[in-house]
Amino acid sequence: MTATLTRSTADRAQIGEWAQRYGVYAAVVVLLLFNIAFTANFLSVANFRTQLVQAAPVVIVALGMALVIGTEGVDLSVGSIMALSAALVPLYLGYGAAVAVIVALVVGLLAGTFNGLLVARLGIQPIVATLALLVGGRGLALLIAGGQLVDVRDPALLFLGDGDVAGIPVVVLIAAVLAVLTGLVVAGTTFGRRLVAVGDNRVACILAGLPVRRVLVGVYAISGTLAALAGVLATARLGAGDPANTGLLFELSAITAVVVGGTPLSGGQVRILGTVAGALLMQLLRATLIKNNLPDSVAQMVQAVIIIVAVYAARDRSSR
Amino acid sequence: MNRPRGSQPAELGEPAGPGNATTATAATTTTATPSRARRRTAQAEPSVRRQLLAGALQRQGAAAVLVVVVAVAWVSLPRFGTLENLRDVALQSSFLAIIALGMTFVIITGGIDLSVGSVYALGGVLAAYGSKAGLLAAIGLPLVVCGLIGLVNGLLVARLNLAPFIVTLASLLFARGLLLALTAEGSTTYTIANPAVLALGRGTVLGLGLPVWLALILCGIGGVILQRTRFGETVFATGGAESSALLMGLPVARTKIIVYTASGALAGFAGTLTAAYLQSGVTVIGVGTELDAIAAVVIGGTLLTGGAGSILGTLVGVLLRNVIANIINQIGGLDSNFQSVISGALLLLVVVAQSLLARTRTTPRT
Amino acid sequence: MQQQEPVLELVDGVKQFLGTRALDGVSFALRPGEIHALVGENGAGKSTLIKVLTGVHRLDGGDLRVRGESASFGRPIDAQRAGISTIYQEVNLVPLRSVAANVFLGRQPRRYGIVDRRRMYEETRELMAGYGIDVDVRRPLGTLGVGAQQMVALARAASVRADVVIMDEPTSSLEPREVETLFSVIDRLHADGVAILFVSHRLDELYRICDRVTVLRDGKLVHSGALADLSRLELVSLMLGRSVGEVRAHGATRFAEGERRHADGEPILRAEHLGGAPRVRDVSVTIRPGEVVGLAGLLGSGRSETARAILGALPRRGEVTVSGRPLPSGNVAAAMRAGVSMLAEDRKTDGIVPHLSVRENIVLAALPQLSRHGVVSKARQDRVVATFMKRLRIKASGPEQKVAELSGGNQQKVLLARWLAAKPRVLLLDEPTRGIDIGAKAEVQTLVDELAADGLAVLLISSETEELVAGADRVIVLRDGVTEAELQGAEVTADALLRAIAAEPPEDAEPPETPESGEAPEAAVTETAVTETGAAEAREPAAAEAAGSREVADSGNADVDPATARTEASR
Repeated sequence: MTATLTRSTADRAQIGEWAQRYGVYAAVVVLLLFNIAFTANFLSVANFRTQLVQAAPVVIVALGMALVIGTEGVDLSVGSIMALSAALVPLYLGYGAAVAVIVALVVGLLAGTFNGLLVARLGIQPIVATLALLVGGRGLALLIAGGQLVDVRDPALLFLGDGDVAGIPVVVLIAAVLAVLTGLVVAGTTFGRRLVAVGDNRVACILAGLPVRRVLVGVYAISGTLAALAGVLATARLGAGDPANTGLLFELSAITAVVVGGTPLSGGQVRILGTVAGALLMQLLRATLIKNNLPDSVAQMVQAVIIIVAVYAARDRSSR
Repeated sequence: MNRPRGSQPAELGEPAGPGNATTATAATTTTATPSRARRRTAQAEPSVRRQLLAGALQRQGAAAVLVVVVAVAWVSLPRFGTLENLRDVALQSSFLAIIALGMTFVIITGGIDLSVGSVYALGGVLAAYGSKAGLLAAIGLPLVVCGLIGLVNGLLVARLNLAPFIVTLASLLFARGLLLALTAEGSTTYTIANPAVLALGRGTVLGLGLPVWLALILCGIGGVILQRTRFGETVFATGGAESSALLMGLPVARTKIIVYTASGALAGFAGTLTAAYLQSGVTVIGVGTELDAIAAVVIGGTLLTGGAGSILGTLVGVLLRNVIANIINQIGGLDSNFQSVISGALLLLVVVAQSLLARTRTTPRT
Repeated sequence: MQQQEPVLELVDGVKQFLGTRALDGVSFALRPGEIHALVGENGAGKSTLIKVLTGVHRLDGGDLRVRGESASFGRPIDAQRAGISTIYQEVNLVPLRSVAANVFLGRQPRRYGIVDRRRMYEETRELMAGYGIDVDVRRPLGTLGVGAQQMVALARAASVRADVVIMDEPTSSLEPREVETLFSVIDRLHADGVAILFVSHRLDELYRICDRVTVLRDGKLVHSGALADLSRLELVSLMLGRSVGEVRAHGATRFAEGERRHADGEPILRAEHLGGAPRVRDVSVTIRPGEVVGLAGLLGSGRSETARAILGALPRRGEVTVSGRPLPSGNVAAAMRAGVSMLAEDRKTDGIVPHLSVRENIVLAALPQLSRHGVVSKARQDRVVATFMKRLRIKASGPEQKVAELSGGNQQKVLLARWLAAKPRVLLLDEPTRGIDIGAKAEVQTLVDELAADGLAVLLISSETEELVAGADRVIVLRDGVTEAELQGAEVTADALLRAIAAEPPEDAEPPETPESGEAPEAAVTETAVTETGAAEAREPAAAEAAGSREVADSGNADVDPATARTEASR
């Protein structure tokens, strides 16, 4: 009696763990198959291109978010940092695309570092620390832009948005390269390994003499920089700096991608491939619903339910 | 299992983060000697006074700022002090005040409710939709639906122990989706023709708008509940030291469920009043309203980490926000986006000040 | 004393956590009007027993009886309703609320549903005055000293008219004056026929107030009976498990018996007059290369804290030098660079990084040496991991297995490997064999011998007398954070050790240092919960904060500002 009972709970735990680890890939495959079977014009290069291009900015932001969540934190300010980028790029475009992009990235880096210092130095909870920038960042961006939509005409910048390299959209290429890089950083560098360890057991890391604060600041700085880059790319794609809408609710999309990808909010694990798949899944889901004439409203509600299910599946089951 | 929230990951000199609460370390004086005893009694008073002072500053700081801002505006802006303008500020504040009321309770329990902006907009649409069936439907429908959304938030947070911010972010999305579904993807706007419903938003009593009175009454009731009932004490205990509250046998989960439900219902009611005032269920309102509410609550002296706060402070926070917005409006050439920048800056200031005042008080939330 | 029916009784209680038995068939009875001492070292099962009795944990087996009737507590409130109230070691109250609110939380006097504050304040004032404490009952609890907070907790517990009051180390944060107050309250409860379960590791207190004693060890009941029948020495032997039969049953330790290394030469580690850390008041430790120095003492004597203070994980006064070069206080990384590593006592909370693999756990501290330009060299890592897995015989399915899935003994070996991979010259081992199976225990003990033979300086903290007698060349005995005795060579015998640990305090019981020295506060602010109470215990933030700011305020000449020390500890 007891034996069967324990076995069934063990089985359930195993199923849960499997779902957390591979559920996202299975879901992507199921959605793909469904679309191939039922959605008209799904199997076309143009369609895949669109899907990937639309998912790319979320992927980029989600990479940084995955690192932050890996340290048991969260960064709510990414959307506002994107808006700052959207405001700054047109402003500095006069000095050339390179300068404009660098300015935007540096501002993102600084904003992220600031978040990191609040978390690591002052010990403020990550949600609270990044909230101020979420509240004020977009307003600041709108102030910088004068509340206007500013057209962008610089060809170099626009190339970032809709250019191709070897038939692959630049945005997708950048997202892919960053995903690989982030994966390598997490798996193969001291920084990456420490990051995961800090998220898993911070006390043990302190007793092992690891530079815990430096790791935390670094993680938020990376998140800020990646968000700024996503803002640049969104601006380039739109052909205009639109701080009012760029990155709106991106913190939610990014967190969703990470969590759906199987990274628990309790830290200690970072799944880069899962995160990418998570972003693709949410994009694919939306596209599927829309292509099958389900309205955006339903898509949003379905997304909400999926987020809750994913958080529930990825919650920390181990009782230490 | 419930995570012990009262615990303290200030481990070994590491700033507290949303740590695994299992690694509690904190300060306790352990060895006691007679020499200490004497010193303690001799020296306790000044440091206590300083702590009380810091606490007072945190609670009353926003009020002081409000007084200064109002005084300066009164003197320097001719239109600010007019009855008409003051009435307008009060009316504009009333909607946010009702939302922030619910948010205050949620934040004091150590949670956060990011869904109120969407729920607020949804409430307005539902009210307009229901107004065809009369006043009762216009008030009841939003209360029920928005209360249900809050209830689900509360259940997910209290029973499944999911992080409040992610749960309420999801319901932000859900409520917005529901709103779009109700309005044919935002293309339909329900207008309100029922005079009784309209009076709810536009009527005046003793020269003040009805929403202002309703907000005052609700906040009064909220204040009494928070400060003078067992439930209120449990709200404070839940946010102040959850594990202690559990060990004392307080109904922590039930309390959380109630505050999230109330937060949803109050946001829906604020939506009702707004729709009545605007004469229709406007679909595009409420974006970022949750942030305004949180900012008002925190600027009003409620600890974002939970355990301390007041309704009066929240009212001050709301007024401060809207007075500044009013001033920005009156000074020509000032961008209205200054508002959110100032909110963000104030929020940052308050949060940093809180963490410096109570370095070790931060407790994990996720 | 007449044999009354027990008011609270546990029969063959079993409680398991992840396969380990925290309570293993423990029977225990508390009779009305008795003051019952509960003693045992770390991991003995005291905390678990208390949590079972107070409704925090549910029993996995056995029967819990209240006044003879079977009871099942699902939540703390169930136990409270059954008339059991509890005072925890760390004040479990709400620091941001007023004294009165805390005393009455959950049962406030009401009029028409509204809390009657006047009455609440009035009753609290009377209650507190009854205990001889004069405080403003409207003040936030957190602004009170820890001792006063503990008295509030006591007032709360005593005012609910309980039949049973459980006190989990209530005196550990009290001053002598407050302890007297506590005892007078206990006397009064005693006179009222309330049964009291009293947990403390201060023998003086136990012998002063308790009638009966229950001793737990390794989750099992070792002894239960009248306290007056036991001498201090007998009690300590029971707690530490050094009866002859016990040792035979477990087999002797694997330490090379008899030979004492005669490590000459200069000490590599020299820590002089350490203080300033919690529970550490005046401890000096020197270790020569190749020497194993034992650190003994009862729970709470400052053993673990000494090791942590040396490492820099706790703030400290007093100088620590390694090969003559001083270590900065509060800097673990610097200590590790100087060659000092510490195996922490609590494997789970302070040691393993559970979701990471065996390999990553081993290389965690040595990452910089194993990588170039921040990129980890897989080959070098594999070599180190393979070496240590083989040398320490770590049983895992492979280096990639999650460390959380290993047995306790293998986890401990992984941690030992982690510290050895950092190439230490001084190794601080805090209870290295606690909670691991006998085989692994012997292996770890052998390893310690080998390491010392290789010239490593080892500090061995253990509550097992056998382990110290067999393994250490020299043993320092701590008592209340002060070096009580130092045993050398042939003096290191089990009897001598027990005698030193159980020693009667001097008659006047005045702590050694004098008030006029105006030294920095003995009890600094950070303290590791793990050392004593296990991780799940929550400590009150604001209590800490209150204590902290008071310390800052009143220690004009303190060389460690607790706040700074805390923030600097992690650099």
